[in-house]
Amino acid sequence: MSGKPRLVYINGRGRMEPIRWLLAAAGVEFEEKFVETKEQLEKLVKDGDLLFHQLPMVEIDGMKMVQTRAILSYIAGKYNLYGKDLKERALIDMYVEGITDLMQMVMMLPFSPAEAKAKNLASIEEKATKRYFPVFEKVLKQHGQDFLVGNRFSWADVQLLEVILAVEEKIPAVLSGFPQLQAFKTKMSNVPTIKKFLQPGSARKPPPDDNYVATVMSIFNLN
Amino acid sequence: MSGKPRLHYVNARGRMEPIRWLLAAAGVEFEEAFLETKDDLKKLQTNGDLLFQQVPMVEIDGMKMVQTRAILSYIAGKYNLYGKDLKERALIDMYVEGLADLNELITSNFFQPADKKEEHLATVMDKATTRYFPVYEKVRGHGQDFLVGNKLSRADVQLLEIILLVEESKPDILAKFPLLQSFKAKTSNIPNIKKFLQPGSQRKLPIQEKDIPRLMQIFH
Repeated sequence: MSGKPRLVYINGRGRMEPIRWLLAAAGVEFEEKFVETKEQLEKLVKDGDLLFHQLPMVEIDGMKMVQTRAILSYIAGKYNLYGKDLKERALIDMYVEGITDLMQMVMMLPFSPAEAKAKNLASIEEKATKRYFPVFEKVLKQHGQDFLVGNRFSWADVQLLEVILAVEEKIPAVLSGFPQLQAFKTKMSNVPTIKKFLQPGSARKPPPDDNYVATVMSIFNLN
Repeated sequence: MSGKPRLHYVNARGRMEPIRWLLAAAGVEFEEAFLETKDDLKKLQTNGDLLFQQVPMVEIDGMKMVQTRAILSYIAGKYNLYGKDLKERALIDMYVEGLADLNELITSNFFQPADKKEEHLATVMDKATTRYFPVYEKVRGHGQDFLVGNKLSRADVQLLEIILLVEESKPDILAKFPLLQSFKAKTSNIPNIKKFLQPGSQRKLPIQEKDIPRLMQIFH
């Protein structure tokens, strides 16, 4: 046992990617065990390793943590990426939850039936540019600081960068009306731990492809 | 301004109900402003009161908080219902997220097409008894009154809320879970919760089929 956190998931982004981002941003090295077949998942369930029979699961500090939000909150709290008090935490939570709603749409896109893909993509563009990005553009403009909350790097900054890049992969010009977010994206991408994570060879996973979709469908019995 | 938290939502359980439960369990009095028409929602949106144009929204401590989980975390933190340290909070978060998943499954039953409802409900009840309740039954094996750290937390409040919700669909759902039965009895008798469970409290009734069109119209 190395003492490093150990991530148990499929070899792809899915629901584990925000966790990879946050650990990387915090400068925490981690290991990964990739689940490749239904049988491997069933064994984890049978061995009692998965509290609700689901992934993601992260072995960390003697716990087998499940539930993405619980894991992210723990990491944020442990590595001081959760603000300095309850009120800052409330702001971070609100921002992160909004971003998660948008991220969820992006995550589900590859699983849309072919005839719904264009419509779902348009929906992502609309929500990103009319509902979510304007909020963060305004926050950054109003306080003029580099980071979203409390003039200090937090979980919210990491998650905002992640979703910006994920949406840009699908809609390259999505930040065209958002100069603050463009500057934010550049600054955050240059935070040393994040810059390292964005380089080839890091633990960051590539965008989902058909192979990934097929693997997920077969492991989680979604056919 | 009374200083009490003010809840903005429709007059129904929906996504606001866990917040009502938690405030009540914490002994915090609150006011409610009900959205009755689409225009009520539009007004909040154009006033800039809703960060992401959505409800629930709770005015509390000078903030207009949105996002159910953010609101629940803030209340739990403020009123000491979130464990004593990071590790207890991690446990509470895991338990609470599992319950939120079960809650989503149950409430999604309303939006199933009529011919699929019964089958869907059977699947949900199966998940409740094979995936979720066994976890909490096993945790209760520690013999303490509360799920985490021998102290009331949001996990206990949320578990009771879900148990009662599931029982509304299947009254004998706890038949094989004696420890959850005793949990339900004990937790229901905590004074703030007992008060909330009585008629006339701010607890909302189960949603009726006839209300759905009216509620959908507000949001769509």
